[in-house]
Amino acid sequence: MDALIEPLSFAFFQKGLIVATLSGALLGFIGVYIVLRGMSYIGHGLSHAIFGGYAAMQLFAAQLYVLGAGLWGIASAIAITAVARRSRLGADAAIGVVTTASLALGVALFSKFGSSGPAFDNALFGSILGITNAQIVWLIAVMVFAGAVVFFRYRQLLFTTFDPDVARASGVNVARVEGLLMVVLSLSILVTLTVIGVTLVAAMLVIPAVVARMLTDSFGRMLTLSTIVGSACGLVGMYLSYYAGVPSGTMIVLVGAAVFLVVLGITTLRRRSHRIIADDHAPARATVKA
Amino acid sequence: MAKPDVEPLVNLDDVSAGYQDVLVLHEVNLAVRQTDFTGVVGPSGAGKTTLLRLLLGMLDPVAGQRITRPDLRVAYVPQLETVDWNFPVTVMECVLMARTEHRVWPWSSRSERQEALAVLDQLGIADLAERHIRELSGGQQQRMFLARALLREPHLLLLDEPTSGVDVNTRHDVLHLLGDLHSHGMGIVLTTHDLNGMAAHLPHLVCVNGHIVAEGSPRDVITPSVLEETFGARMEVLEHLGMPVVVDSAHPLRSVG
Repeated sequence: MDALIEPLSFAFFQKGLIVATLSGALLGFIGVYIVLRGMSYIGHGLSHAIFGGYAAMQLFAAQLYVLGAGLWGIASAIAITAVARRSRLGADAAIGVVTTASLALGVALFSKFGSSGPAFDNALFGSILGITNAQIVWLIAVMVFAGAVVFFRYRQLLFTTFDPDVARASGVNVARVEGLLMVVLSLSILVTLTVIGVTLVAAMLVIPAVVARMLTDSFGRMLTLSTIVGSACGLVGMYLSYYAGVPSGTMIVLVGAAVFLVVLGITTLRRRSHRIIADDHAPARATVKA
Repeated sequence: MAKPDVEPLVNLDDVSAGYQDVLVLHEVNLAVRQTDFTGVVGPSGAGKTTLLRLLLGMLDPVAGQRITRPDLRVAYVPQLETVDWNFPVTVMECVLMARTEHRVWPWSSRSERQEALAVLDQLGIADLAERHIRELSGGQQQRMFLARALLREPHLLLLDEPTSGVDVNTRHDVLHLLGDLHSHGMGIVLTTHDLNGMAAHLPHLVCVNGHIVAEGSPRDVITPSVLEETFGARMEVLEHLGMPVVVDSAHPLRSVG
């Protein structure tokens, strides 16, 4: 019990714990749409793209980094869509070009104008040090926004995720719904970036949703489970990060990966046992007499 | 149901369309009415799905005009092969997607669920409403999508390859079901590779191969010359119980060795 209470005596840990738990919940929540749409690579790419904007704002106007990097992320998402639509490259190549260029720009800015070291490493792998109240407020604001978007666009998001062509034919404005999802995704990555880190955010978008998918066949339950798994990974990962002395993002992702392996093992065993029971109850096969 | 309107629901006037720089359909003229029960036939890559996308308004013409009735309500049934059957939704959730447009609340009302159940009952799969979509057979999957389409109460129902990948009995069931819907005043257009099935069930065929080769009743359209222009292969047309039946021309296999 002391192991749980002792770190809470530090203000930085309290803030880190809040941000990590909420970040896990937010990424788990949005991750359901990302995984079911097969957009995991976009999440990965966008986090790298946002790093460019984050670096630029850290150097020139650090207080406005959420705004600047957020706009940068949204611009990257629009650029990806535009490149993918107007050329024959395909979305994966467009993501590769736009986002890696943005990441490279971020690294170049950090290297050229100083400020490398902790700020640079923290942006890449996440850190709980120096979390401000403003960051917590931004995170909560984005959570409320994401919740509102999913609540008021639940049916449109579900339909366009399942079958975008039929949704379009049924009068749903698919481009607007997808645009809205990209905005929510960009903002979610941005506000969780400080704790989880650029290189690891994509994992937290995918792992909780995949774990939830293995546990349920219901879309509504998958949303709830993924949110719970994400927040639990954030919470447990933060404690382990404190005791192991490693960056918070790495430990949160490792906890997620461990949960994934456990659930994969359990669901595989359960499926096998169901198959054996089904075989036992199946009618005996006819045999051919010689 | 109200008496069907004979004015065109969708009119394609000299329409050419395609994707990026490649034109798939050239100078298509086609009027679709609520009284139509039409099969679009042609080889792979002939532009059947492109024609459906034009009728749906999902694809804009590169040239020509697409004119639709202002209050037109269209429903679309996709190919079963294009669907992710592991997607986490039940039959009921899938059918209720038809009631997405302009809806704000995430949950469905009791009346919406009752309407959905009534349509599922009409199609004989009401008892499967709470099943996951992966647990359905091919015919049940087709009925589920039909239920979703019917819940929109469309004037025009468009189906992409509704008879592909299902067994003969299911194919007959689906076509009879569509015949019923048509007799109740719904315009229907479907694409298919299945010439004989269409000849037996549909009153009107459109043969497509980059352009409209021919359109009319099966007896008018299913002729060796139209089929050769459409499919690029010689086929023989026989008659069975007053209906045209297509058979491949006999090409004796060469003996080897």
